[in-house]
Amino acid sequence: MSGAGAAARKARAARSRRRRVVRLALLALTGLISAPAAAQDTPPDLEARTRLVASQLRCPVCQGLSIQDSPSELAQEMKQVVRAQLAAGRTPDEVKAYFVARYGEWILLEPEPRGFNLAVYLLPVLALLAGLAVVGVVVRRWTRSGDVAQA
Amino acid sequence: MNWQRALVAASVAVPVLVLLRIGLELDPRAIPSPLPGRPAPGFALATLEDDVGGAVGREGAGAPASGRAPDTVRLSTLRGDVVVLNFWASWCLACRDEHEPLSATARAYADESVRFFGVLYNDTPDNARRWIRAMGGQSYPTLLDPDARTAIEYGLYGVPETFFIARDGRVAYKHVGPVTEALLVERIETLLVAPQPPGGP
Repeated sequence: MSGAGAAARKARAARSRRRRVVRLALLALTGLISAPAAAQDTPPDLEARTRLVASQLRCPVCQGLSIQDSPSELAQEMKQVVRAQLAAGRTPDEVKAYFVARYGEWILLEPEPRGFNLAVYLLPVLALLAGLAVVGVVVRRWTRSGDVAQA
Repeated sequence: MNWQRALVAASVAVPVLVLLRIGLELDPRAIPSPLPGRPAPGFALATLEDDVGGAVGREGAGAPASGRAPDTVRLSTLRGDVVVLNFWASWCLACRDEHEPLSATARAYADESVRFFGVLYNDTPDNARRWIRAMGGQSYPTLLDPDARTAIEYGLYGVPETFFIARDGRVAYKHVGPVTEALLVERIETLLVAPQPPGGP
């Protein structure tokens, strides 16, 4: 009965190979998720700092663009305000707070990760984990039925 | 087995559908303003002068007792009055619709402690003067806002937008889009019956 034993060994090997693939995929995905969260450091010169802050503020006219990318007059004027405030010694967070006090949190292209906003950051991860769990269950079911058929 | 599957499917699908339904009702262009309830951002703005050197709208509700609008209007000196601040531009089509209601209401409240001001947004004084002349005059002064600094202070994202400032200097309402006479009267009457700030005139 060495044929059946070899088949079982092959199935076991295939199962552990699949597990390894799943584990590697998980690792790669978590790496992808955490990479953009790396801390941004503040560049020293005013223009670069202005660009950095302006690229985080939404243009009220075009809405889908930052005031850094928008050619609209209002966006250009808002960028001037950003530059003037940074030149006056305000920190990027203080400048952003100035706009939030006037336009609401809507003005930030990336919502602050707190309260209800956390859903934006957590739901994709949860959905991914749920999807992986489903894949795991299905894969296990396939391999198990394969075992039965081969045995 | 089948009803279990249906239950799982429903528990996923129903919340998603409910969220989509809510999203359908939301207006993605409506930006919630944090300003109402907060002190109105201060400003000191020059008035738009007409060709003969007088401020446009000097005979209107925005003019002080002396009969001539001041060259610079400071919000801080208007404490105790209800202030209607209307951001407009000559290139703005909706601003034509609200020109008549604004001018008529400003005239109607000329004898009360209500002050109307236009604020010119991203426009040249020449275009503004031509527009006012073509529209048959404006019964209140318009203020010049170079570089849109005051517009940004008020969280403006387009014209027309109208701010109603209460006697205590707080922003009471913000209206996006053209105003009607009924809306102006309702807002102003509400603010006129509100108590004056302590120490106010």
